[in-house]
Amino acid sequence: MNRIDRWFLEHAAPAFIGFTVAGDPDPETSVRVANTLVDGGVDILELGMPFSDPVADGPVIQRADQRALAASTTPDAVFGIARAIRSSSEVPLVLLTYFNLVLNRGIERFYQDARDAGIDGVLIVDMPVEESDGVRAAARASGIAPIFLVAPTTSAARQDAIIARASGFLYLVSVLGVTGVRDRVAEETVSLIRRVRSRTALPLAVGFGISEPDHAAACCEAGADAVIVGSAIVDLIERHLDDEEGMMTALSTYITSMRAAVEKEYR
Amino acid sequence: MEALLELEGAFARAQADAAFQRSLSTILTEYAGRPTPLTFCTNTSRNLGCRVYLKREDLLHGGAHKLNNTLGQALLAQYMGKTRLIAETGAGQHGVATAIAGAVLGIPVDVYMGATDIARQGLNVDRMALLGARVIPVHSGSRTLKDAVNEALRDWVASVEDTHYVLGSIVGPHPYPLMVRTFQSVIGEETRAQCLEKEGRLPDVILACVGGGSNAMGMFHSFIDDPVRLIGVEAGGEGLDTGRHGASLCAGTEGVLHGALSYLLQDAAGQIAETHSIAAGLDYPGVGPELSHLTHTGRIEAAAVTDGEALDAFGSLSRHEGIIPALESSHAIAHALRIADQLGPDDIMVINLSGRGDKDVGEAALRGGVSG
Repeated sequence: MNRIDRWFLEHAAPAFIGFTVAGDPDPETSVRVANTLVDGGVDILELGMPFSDPVADGPVIQRADQRALAASTTPDAVFGIARAIRSSSEVPLVLLTYFNLVLNRGIERFYQDARDAGIDGVLIVDMPVEESDGVRAAARASGIAPIFLVAPTTSAARQDAIIARASGFLYLVSVLGVTGVRDRVAEETVSLIRRVRSRTALPLAVGFGISEPDHAAACCEAGADAVIVGSAIVDLIERHLDDEEGMMTALSTYITSMRAAVEKEYR
Repeated sequence: MEALLELEGAFARAQADAAFQRSLSTILTEYAGRPTPLTFCTNTSRNLGCRVYLKREDLLHGGAHKLNNTLGQALLAQYMGKTRLIAETGAGQHGVATAIAGAVLGIPVDVYMGATDIARQGLNVDRMALLGARVIPVHSGSRTLKDAVNEALRDWVASVEDTHYVLGSIVGPHPYPLMVRTFQSVIGEETRAQCLEKEGRLPDVILACVGGGSNAMGMFHSFIDDPVRLIGVEAGGEGLDTGRHGASLCAGTEGVLHGALSYLLQDAAGQIAETHSIAAGLDYPGVGPELSHLTHTGRIEAAAVTDGEALDAFGSLSRHEGIIPALESSHAIAHALRIADQLGPDDIMVINLSGRGDKDVGEAALRGGVSG
């Protein structure tokens, strides 16, 4: 069974999903960042594959992509980072990428390489479900969960089309816009969780703009099965570029506090 | 996606709506100055030994073909009830054209422009400000056109409820390539009628410069099924072998950028390459999907012209015809000069003069392209 499916089957508590850009600030440190996130209590790890034109990402993650690319983080290097994480952990791994990187490598080869690197799910940020037959076939053949975004503007009909084609979990975009840290969980986020919850039993993971323990708790209370934290983690990396030990300590402290918020909600 | 579906539906309704089409036709005629002339170039024809015509999009209000599209999209935005326009711009021509459309229709405009382009297109930055638009500098990536598109897309996903994104070329996700080509097709429709009227037959060859490809597809669309040679001329920059150019059709490989499959300039892993051209409007690593397809099938020829050749053509047309062409359009002129010896004295060549070159005089002077 896919590690993502197994995680949600075996755990009744909401999952805490942490995101980092593979190769940020460089491939070697990036493996250490990932291991620190996992040791700190991340249940599922999302790795971003750095892309030159990450149109769905805000400035924090754009800068991380640029740092990773400057450190020669090719897709080959990203799969190497995934293998290094996998060598010491059974944490479910989800890869976030943009379609040109998949197409360039060859769709089938991309998914085979992802599977061989121990990756469990792939989210292609700029791939609408309507165009996804080819990538879903390749994902299925490699045992990888195809993960899709659902936005507050996604119509009920498209929600159903996505639900019918996704597996692993649904990635709910909590607010309109790009990734980035925001002040609070919007009313529209809570309403989105409730609307999608009524249509599917797939796990619901909420991301884009979640950075504080209160946000995580509010999403879980509304019925989310997981919260995704990205920009806040990447921001901590950026603040400690000259101090690797300080980076790891800061990440560890932050993850512990977020983890506690998710667990408190469950109790 | 929902925004694109909404736009696709509205565009289809507007195309079938006689009132919308009347508004568009009226504003193009009475405000923008259509039809633009098809000018016979006496001196150049004599020098080249064939019959050379220019389609004068430089005479359209605003100084470039861009207004055909921005007026169409701004009317469509009103039709959809949107109250704000955003746009990306490279050379600034599309930004100016969007600012003009916003001003005349009373819709606020924000324009994203790469910091590098802001530095080299100061005149257009000032024009946009004067027209009431806000210019937002983009400091990410290569700080040119593709980064401005990225930033406009980021704005749009957060503001889609009240905002229409006026994309300036035949690139990006459906329905943009179709919609922009439709609004620009007036260029080819007029050219066809004007050539038939003046010459009693269609041209033998038509040239247009290609960045994203909107002036080229706007011109070519009416001639796709005719025995007319169609040539898209790209930015050869410092030469195709230097890697510093913007020639996606000539030197690119298949890829997906901004939601469309086309030829792209990219590295071995699929990271989008930084491009270079003396003409900011051609400084884009992709090209329209329809133009890519028609080049792939062989219907349209692709060629590239270097910065130096474009600069020579810029000077040549200015001196011989008294018309200062945009550096973008100068690429099409340069290639026309190059292939003229393939044509006989009765052969007809049409060059789409997509914009005027006032904005480029400073840049050309810096590079020694003004004297002599």
